[in-house]
Amino acid sequence: MCLAIPGKIVELVSEQPNLGVVEVTGVRRRVDLGLLQDDLPGVGDWVLIHVGFAMSRISQHEAEDQMRILRVLGEDQAAMEEVRGYGLDGKDEA
Amino acid sequence: MKFVDEFRDPEVIGRTAEEIRRLADPGRHYRLMEVCGGHTHAIYRFGLKDVLPANIELIHGPGCPVCVLPMGRIDDGLALARRPDVIFSAFGDMMRVPGAHGSPLEHKAKGLDVRIVYSPSDALKLARTNPDRHVVFFAIGFETTAPSTALTLLRARAEGLENFSVFCNHVTIIPAIRAILDSPDMRLDGFIGPGHVSTVIGCRPYEWIARDEGKPIVVTGFEPLDLLQGIVMLLRQLKEGRAEVENQYTRVVPWEGNRAALRAMAEVFQLRPYFEWRGLGFISQSALRIRDEFAQWDAERVFSVAGVRVTDPKAAQCGEVLKGVLKPVQCKLFGRECTPEHPVGALMVSSEGSCAAYFNYEHRKASASMTSLAAPV
Repeated sequence: MCLAIPGKIVELVSEQPNLGVVEVTGVRRRVDLGLLQDDLPGVGDWVLIHVGFAMSRISQHEAEDQMRILRVLGEDQAAMEEVRGYGLDGKDEA
Repeated sequence: MKFVDEFRDPEVIGRTAEEIRRLADPGRHYRLMEVCGGHTHAIYRFGLKDVLPANIELIHGPGCPVCVLPMGRIDDGLALARRPDVIFSAFGDMMRVPGAHGSPLEHKAKGLDVRIVYSPSDALKLARTNPDRHVVFFAIGFETTAPSTALTLLRARAEGLENFSVFCNHVTIIPAIRAILDSPDMRLDGFIGPGHVSTVIGCRPYEWIARDEGKPIVVTGFEPLDLLQGIVMLLRQLKEGRAEVENQYTRVVPWEGNRAALRAMAEVFQLRPYFEWRGLGFISQSALRIRDEFAQWDAERVFSVAGVRVTDPKAAQCGEVLKGVLKPVQCKLFGRECTPEHPVGALMVSSEGSCAAYFNYEHRKASASMTSLAAPV
């Protein structure tokens, strides 16, 4: 929960303005962008995700660093399990 | 250091470690607390202890939300799970944490409807798709997860969803730091401030630590170089007699934090007068409750919650380890009755818990080298 998951926004959900589709190492899921509503990110932007909510905007470079940290900490699989689990076992897959 | 090669600029890391040695007064013993459980995990994983001079001691702080939750709250939550009309949902981290009568996972094995969710918004989704059941979300975490719960409750209200509630166990980091500083048996020289909590709260809430307590605090990232640079910044302040809030992790943490997240939290939560923390006891204004305006989504008010208090297993010394008074290995149960496979205390469950981190990286390593010594040549 402490460590965030980096993802790239690949789509904005038009019918729900605070939702975006984020890609994390090939897996695409919807995440909530509501906590970034003051300066909503757009397609192509990178964000750090906590429990299904984008919490901060970061650079691509920082996203790569964060993914490497997760890998080295042995948390990358748990992170991907988390991402795959968003939307309840992928039933909401984008 | 074990994993430097996997990171950029090993030379820079070497130079930074050298600077630490230069800044540290050999006649002084430094006690620096990393507040965040993610940092504790990283420190063990990277073997940072091996590159620091012996007179720099890192003390593991209370920033592991699973670890600081008293067992009674888990039992209170599981009492809700036993209601036939309830679907009990929680993050995976919570599933193996033992309550007095077993963990959520063990309750699931007994046939209770316990579900893992990875996001509070998925608990909300469970409520939408199960209109004849009541979905309780067991909310846990510091300010990294509290805004998500807040936004989820705002969405529940907007949708008028009636079969959803949150059992709120969110805590806030600042009062925990205050409790540690107030603790008579604790002497600290400075703090490695949490990284991701600070993306939400920013750096200002730490200012009293520098101003009133005279302790430096540096908000720090999670890479080995980040941690070493954070330590350099702390040592530099100590050497120059300064006590300030500094931000090493500027590439992610804005000084003002995330205002939208803080707004959502303020709208939905208010401070509880007091809350019990494992190891730290009751701390005033240290946890969040759901505001009256959202009472119909507050599991503690929708159901009657007993408010169970459970003493930790007598031999376990989770409290002393949480406060940084004991090292994990000094607990009588460590590595014997209490292991990651069979945890007695929560610090052995979460990867952010100092006992699990110590067990996985130090204890296993030591055991392996003992085995290789004992093996016939």
